[in-house]
Amino acid sequence: MATEPIAEEIAGSCVDAYGSAIGMPQLCFDWFPNQIFWLVITLVVIFLVLSRVALPRIAAILAERQGTITNDLAAAEDLKAKAVEAEEAYNKALADARAEAQRIAAEARAEIQSGLDDAIAMADLEIAAKTAESEKAIAGIRASALDSIQVVAKDTAAELVTALGGKADAKAIDGAVDAQTKG
Amino acid sequence: MATETTAAEGSSLVFHPMDQFIVKPLFGDGAIAWYTPTNVTLWMFLAIAAIFGLLVLSTSKRAIVPTRMQSVAELTYGFIYKMLEDICGKEGVKYFPYVMTLFMFIVCANFLGMIPTSFTTTSHFAVTIPLALAVFLTVTILGFVKNGAAFLGLFWVSSAPLALRPVLAIIELISYFVRPVSHSIRLAGNVMAGHAVIKVFAGFAAIAVISPVSVLAITAMYGLEVLVSFIQAYVFTILTCVYLKDALHPSH
Repeated sequence: MATEPIAEEIAGSCVDAYGSAIGMPQLCFDWFPNQIFWLVITLVVIFLVLSRVALPRIAAILAERQGTITNDLAAAEDLKAKAVEAEEAYNKALADARAEAQRIAAEARAEIQSGLDDAIAMADLEIAAKTAESEKAIAGIRASALDSIQVVAKDTAAELVTALGGKADAKAIDGAVDAQTKG
Repeated sequence: MATETTAAEGSSLVFHPMDQFIVKPLFGDGAIAWYTPTNVTLWMFLAIAAIFGLLVLSTSKRAIVPTRMQSVAELTYGFIYKMLEDICGKEGVKYFPYVMTLFMFIVCANFLGMIPTSFTTTSHFAVTIPLALAVFLTVTILGFVKNGAAFLGLFWVSSAPLALRPVLAIIELISYFVRPVSHSIRLAGNVMAGHAVIKVFAGFAAIAVISPVSVLAITAMYGLEVLVSFIQAYVFTILTCVYLKDALHPSH
């Protein structure tokens, strides 16, 4: 604090000769008009600044932000709906494609099956023809074999009869051989 | 609080805890007239500058995604707006600029007062009494303008037994007129006491042995005072809202 004594009339009744407070400076009524005057000016200035500039501006900012958030939420909702739609379309396309593929596969299978059936039928016919031919050939061979057996048997029988000292009766031998081979 | 001047004792201990509240002219040493620019002027104008910076400059970009300072401004706005709306309802919102002015001035003056060697304007009754009187007069006039004679119903507790009502009316009347006194002294008293205590601890710091304790005590008190600075502004504002509610809805 000031160490030089100051003039009494300048210091007033609230400050001592060394510049220190006498009692509470808060209760020094000499200073009240000054403080009240500047307080009023300050409050008026603050009030004008707040009510004319600051508060409307902040209110506008908050409202604008609220609007932006609402809009963005709506836009997000829209986009979400679109995404769901797109997914549905994709799934539908996928299902269609799968059905188409199955149809094509079934068609191909049916075509192949019919070709196969034709080929089998043709092969069966061929086999049947070949079998019939072969059976005929076998029957021919069997008949000719039977004839040969009779001839050989008759000859052998005639020889045997002759060798045993008999007389080969052709008629009797034929009858005997026929009777033997018939059964 | 009495004067603690013990300078002439010859010791190194010199307490002038109240000297920080002396009003001085900014220029020269002349007497203080009502128009003289003083340290009151300086610190009040700094409060205006702080409010301007906080609420006007910080919001000048009007950013949708706020910067740090802008979100401080928005939070302050929302804090007071919600307080007023919660207490007074939708009708109270009209008086928002007035309440906001009070809050911003007190909170800025309190925090500027926390700067070492600064002058705390809100520690003076000459500042807080006009503030409280303004609230008192506003509420009283508004109450009568809005409700007419029905405003007197504030003092007539209709929910009490009839015999008790006159007694309660007297108590209500006294408490109504004590409002501006408590309203103003609470603010100035809290701020002044804290600052004076810090100054007393600072005086003890001159003794080498005690000075670490003194510095610790100053630090602790400073923390407490920062809290008090905000809380007193908050209390002043919330009481203003409560009084305003009485004017708008006088029924108990």
